[in-house]
Amino acid sequence: MRPFDYQRAERLEHASQLTRPEGGRSIAGGTNLLDLMKLQVETPDTLVDISRLPMAGIEDTDDGGLRIGALASNTATAVHPRVKADYPVLARAILAGATQQLRNKATTGGNLCQRTRCYYFTQINQPCNKREPGSGCGAIDGIARIHAILGTSDQCIATYPGDMAVALAALDATVEIAGEGERTRRVPVRDFHCLPGDTPWRDNVLEDGEIITGVTLPAPVGGTQIYRKVRERSSYAFALVSVAAIVEMDGDLISRADLAFGGVAHKPWHDPRLSDHLVGSVPSAELFDKAADILLDTAQGYGENDFKIPLARRTLSAVLAHATGTKI
Amino acid sequence: MTITVNDKQYDLPDDPRVSLLDFLRRDIGLTGTKKGCDHGQCGACTVLVGGMRINSCLTLAVMHDGDSVQTIEGIGTETDPSPLQRAFLEHDGYQCGYCTPGQICSATALLDEIANNWPSDASDDLEAAIDLTDEEIRERMSGNLCRCGAYVNIVAAIKAAAKEMAA
Ligand SMILES: Cc1cc2nc3c(=O)[nH]c(=O)nc-3n(C[C@H](O)[C@H](O)[C@H](O)COP(=O)(O)OP(=O)(O)OC[C@H]3O[C@@H](n4cnc5c(N)ncnc54)[C@H](O)[C@@H]3O)c2cc1C
Ligand code: SF4
Ligand code: FES
Ligand code: FES
Repeated sequence: MRPFDYQRAERLEHASQLTRPEGGRSIAGGTNLLDLMKLQVETPDTLVDISRLPMAGIEDTDDGGLRIGALASNTATAVHPRVKADYPVLARAILAGATQQLRNKATTGGNLCQRTRCYYFTQINQPCNKREPGSGCGAIDGIARIHAILGTSDQCIATYPGDMAVALAALDATVEIAGEGERTRRVPVRDFHCLPGDTPWRDNVLEDGEIITGVTLPAPVGGTQIYRKVRERSSYAFALVSVAAIVEMDGDLISRADLAFGGVAHKPWHDPRLSDHLVGSVPSAELFDKAADILLDTAQGYGENDFKIPLARRTLSAVLAHATGTKI
Repeated sequence: MTITVNDKQYDLPDDPRVSLLDFLRRDIGLTGTKKGCDHGQCGACTVLVGGMRINSCLTLAVMHDGDSVQTIEGIGTETDPSPLQRAFLEHDGYQCGYCTPGQICSATALLDEIANNWPSDASDDLEAAIDLTDEEIRERMSGNLCRCGAYVNIVAAIKAAAKEMAA
C-alpha cells in the first residue's frame, strides 16, 4: 500500500472539505477501498475516515417510507424489522451478496460506490480506461466473462457488481448527497450510476467532496418481491445476472412490475418500457418472452459473455413466472 | 489511541497502513489469527469486533480506536476450550488447522446471529425463527474457506456445539 495521510472526519462538513481536493478519499467499511489500495488500483493521498460520523441510523420517514443512513451496515439493514417486512427484495439482495463478515463492515454508501470487478481494472499492469484514461480497454477483445451486455461503450464494458443497489433501483429509492457548505441534493438510485460512454473513469454522479448521507425508500407497495441471483457457485460470488422484481396482480392482470437487473451493465439496469409492456396484461410465457425482447433489444455480447443474453432472458422469465404464479 | 484485544489494552500503530490483522499478528504477537488471502476472500483472518465477526485483513488498525476485539486466543485455551473448540476436536473439524481459528471465530458469532434470528440467504422466511439446518450452516460459514475440505466435519462440529449450548 502506498503511504497516505490518515484523517478522521469530525463532522460531515469536515469530510467534504478533506475529500474535495484530488487525492482525498473517504473510507467507510473499507472492504472495497482497502482491497484496491493493496493492489495499488487506488492510491489516495489523504484517507478520510468517515466511519464515526453519525450516519448509521435507520428511521421511518414522514410519508411512511424508510431512511437508511449511509453508514448503516449491510447487516443492520438486512435484519431491520421494517426492511424484512416491507422491503424484502432489499433484505434478499443484501443477503445474497458477499459473506456475513463482509456485510458486517460494508455500508450503504460504500456498497453503492463499490468499484467494478473487471480483471483488467484490478491488475495495474493491464490497459484499462477506467483506471488509466486513454490506456485502452483490455476486456473488449480479452477476458470478458463477467462483463456488460447493455449500455456499453467502445471505451469500457465493465459492470457495476453490487446486489443491494439493484434492489434499490427496483424500489425506486433516492440517494441523499451532501456537498460543500449546506448544499445537499437528492438523486434517484436509477440515475446515480453512470454509463461508461466516453468517461469510463466515472462510476457515478458524485462530485469531489460530495458525501452520501443516506438512502430513502418510498412508502412500501406490497406485491411479491423477489431477488434472483445467478452466479458461478451457490454462495459468496458476484452476480452473472440478477433480477430484482416487485410484482403485483389485480385479479388476472399484472398491476405492477418494477424490475431492475444486475450484472448486465455499468449500472443497475432499469428499463421503464418493461413495466409499460407488462402492466395491464395477463401473464403468459409469450408476454414474458416479449418482455425479454424489449429488455435485450440493444444487448451486445463480447464473446465470453455472450451467454449472458440468453441467461438474462431466462432469468427474467423465471422470475416473472414465479411472481405471477404462471406455468412456463 | 488504544484498542482492547482479549481484555488487554494496546496502543495503536503510528503507521496508518497497518491492517488490524498485521497489528494482531506482528505488532502484539497474537499469531492465532491467520492470513490467507489478505483480500477478504478466505476468512482465515476472522475476528470479533464488538461481538461482530469481520475480516481483519480488510480494516485498518487505526480505525479501531476504542474498539474491543476478541481473537481465537480470547475464545478459549488448551485447558479451558470453548464449546465450539471442543466440538471441533471431537468431530475432526480440521486437518492442517490453518483455517480453524477463523472458522471458530466465525462460528462463535454465527451462534449469536442465530440466537438473534438474523436471516441468511438460505432462510426461506426472513421473519421466522431459524432452524439450524446444514444448509443454513453452510451458507452462514461460506466466508470461511478450508483448503483441506474439512467442511462436512466443520458443519457437524457447529451443529453439535449449538445443541450442547442450547441444552
Ligand atoms: C470477497 C468479496 C466478495 C464480495 N461479494 C459481493 C457480492 O456478492 N455482492 C455485493 O454487492 N458486494 C460484494 N462485495 C463488495 C462489498 O459489498 C463492498 O466491498 C462493500 O459494500 C463496500 O462498502 P464499504 O463500506 O466497505 O466501502 P469502502 O471500501 O469504505 O468504500 C468504497 C468506496 O465508496 C466510497 N464511499 C464510502 N462511503 C461513502 C459515502 N458515504 N459517500 C461517498 N463515498 C463513499 C469510498 O470513498 C470508496 O471509494 C464483496 C467484497 C469482497 C471483498
Ligand atoms: S471494461 Fe472498463 S474497467 Fe474493464 S478494462 Fe475495459 S475500461 Fe477497464
Ligand atoms: S486473510 Fe482476510 S479474508 Fe483471507
Ligand atoms: S483444515 Fe486445512 S485449511 Fe481448513
